[in-house]
Amino acid sequence: MSVLIFVEIADGRIKKTALELISYGAKIAELLNVSAQAVVLGTTQDDLSQLGNYGVKKIIHADNEKLNQVEAESYTKIIAEIVEQTAAKLVLFSNNITGKSVAPRLSVRLKAGLVSGAVALPRITNGFVVKKTVFSGKAYAHVSINSDVKIITLNQNTYPALAVEGTAVIEKFNFEISTSKIKIIAINKISGEIPLTEAEIVVSAGRGLKGPENWGLVTGLAKVLNAATACSRPVADANWRPHNEHVGQTGTTIAPTLYFAIGISGAIQHLAGVNRSKVIVVINKDAEAPFFKAADYGIIGDAFEILPKLTKAISDIKNT
Amino acid sequence: MKILVCVSKSPDTTAKVAFTDNNTKFDNNGVQWIINPYDEWYALVRAIELKEANAAVTIHLITVGLADTDPIIRKALALGGDEAIRVNVESQDSFFIASQIAEVAKTGSYDLIFTGKETIDFNGSSIGGMVAEFLQLPYISLATKFDLKESVTTITKEIEGGEEICEVVLPIVVSCQKGMAEARIPNMRGIMSARTKPLKVVEPVIANSLTSIDNFELPPAKAGVKLIAADNVEELVRLLREEAKVI
Repeated sequence: MSVLIFVEIADGRIKKTALELISYGAKIAELLNVSAQAVVLGTTQDDLSQLGNYGVKKIIHADNEKLNQVEAESYTKIIAEIVEQTAAKLVLFSNNITGKSVAPRLSVRLKAGLVSGAVALPRITNGFVVKKTVFSGKAYAHVSINSDVKIITLNQNTYPALAVEGTAVIEKFNFEISTSKIKIIAINKISGEIPLTEAEIVVSAGRGLKGPENWGLVTGLAKVLNAATACSRPVADANWRPHNEHVGQTGTTIAPTLYFAIGISGAIQHLAGVNRSKVIVVINKDAEAPFFKAADYGIIGDAFEILPKLTKAISDIKNT
Repeated sequence: MKILVCVSKSPDTTAKVAFTDNNTKFDNNGVQWIINPYDEWYALVRAIELKEANAAVTIHLITVGLADTDPIIRKALALGGDEAIRVNVESQDSFFIASQIAEVAKTGSYDLIFTGKETIDFNGSSIGGMVAEFLQLPYISLATKFDLKESVTTITKEIEGGEEICEVVLPIVVSCQKGMAEARIPNMRGIMSARTKPLKVVEPVIANSLTSIDNFELPPAKAGVKLIAADNVEELVRLLREEAKVI
């Protein structure tokens, strides 16, 4: 019996979220008194044995470049075979784009109950109960998984990647791959940017910025903080910013360590998407903006005056 | 060509979330119900656009729920779509719902099954993938663009760190998000005709739920905002560094 952790590779490298997931899985394995094993699909330039430093004992590697692009059907088939072989009772994914495409298929294949968007370790003293976000972050639900095999997808920035002492053995996995019915024509990667869901710090702005031409103030602050940028829904709807930057109930839900909300009033739909941020800073010239009620720190004032000063002040301390 | 659009009922995005019965039930009191935005704005509207481009397209809507779901289904029919199917059972976990949808889809010979990218209440993002696995069909998740030429579709989908453009031959299952279509509002003719469109009620098949909700919890309220003067950004930086320790 084991906990099987899906370790995602992107552009040949182990993803940061995978390390969080391994730490999470290793902790659950410890609680259940079973072993934590990782499954890696596709080729990588990273040394997989270093994953032992996050608590896995064995890494099952389907080392084949045909798996470098995520394809839900073949991923499901291979992971299901590995689950059977290792008698895994729990399979873990990150609750990201890849997890969302593979975990539901696997759930049906294995008749395994799926909880997506977990935010804490499962409670295993009486049954198997997972806490997850519901209502797009407005609440949590405690969900029992009642099947023999279970699947959890873990929200990003929820569980810290913890280095431990340990070593892992790598075992190659041989498999047959059927031809995919999906023909990939092109892949466009957004390079150099920090993925919003993985970012520690997010600088976000709304209509208060008045127009896309003023976004230099936002990206400038983001740059000195090594942060990702985000925006409110009206900004994305007006095409001032790309839609993948939209955070909120109908956009992306995030949980960074630090969230700056600049010129965003704080409608309930927006708050739902960001209220799991550890620290929220609100800058708004309207003292009545509802966002201040959800904030840890606030400045009432004009963003156009505050942002250049703030960017400089942060840049100064970073350089000292 | 036949399209099946999966439609779910969800609380209005402005709804205040509260619970009753010792935090085990969602408090319906004063809550407005809407079509789950992703199902409506992207899945349904894109299907309607395909029908507008090709009169040979038939759109069926499916939902899993009791009779209180009917107003939502009628509203969806007012936007477009030819007929609706409601599986008459209280919705349970996503495995259960997907089992019901797959059962209906099996006999409907659909070329295309659309879902929204997730529901805004339980955020599982899993119905599409589950239905695809039940039916052994390819599943394209988080599609932002969808074009159709005869039986070959060209789809742009979001992947980790970018997008992928792919070609697939029908039948397929697609989950839809922003970019697929622009939200619409129903017009009077649509509302009138929706009243007479068929809404077929079918009984559920026996299926398991693999998960169940024990109880809910609201996030703790913030302790209160610490305000800093606009001319003293250095103080904010100091607090973030020394008190919150986040920069």
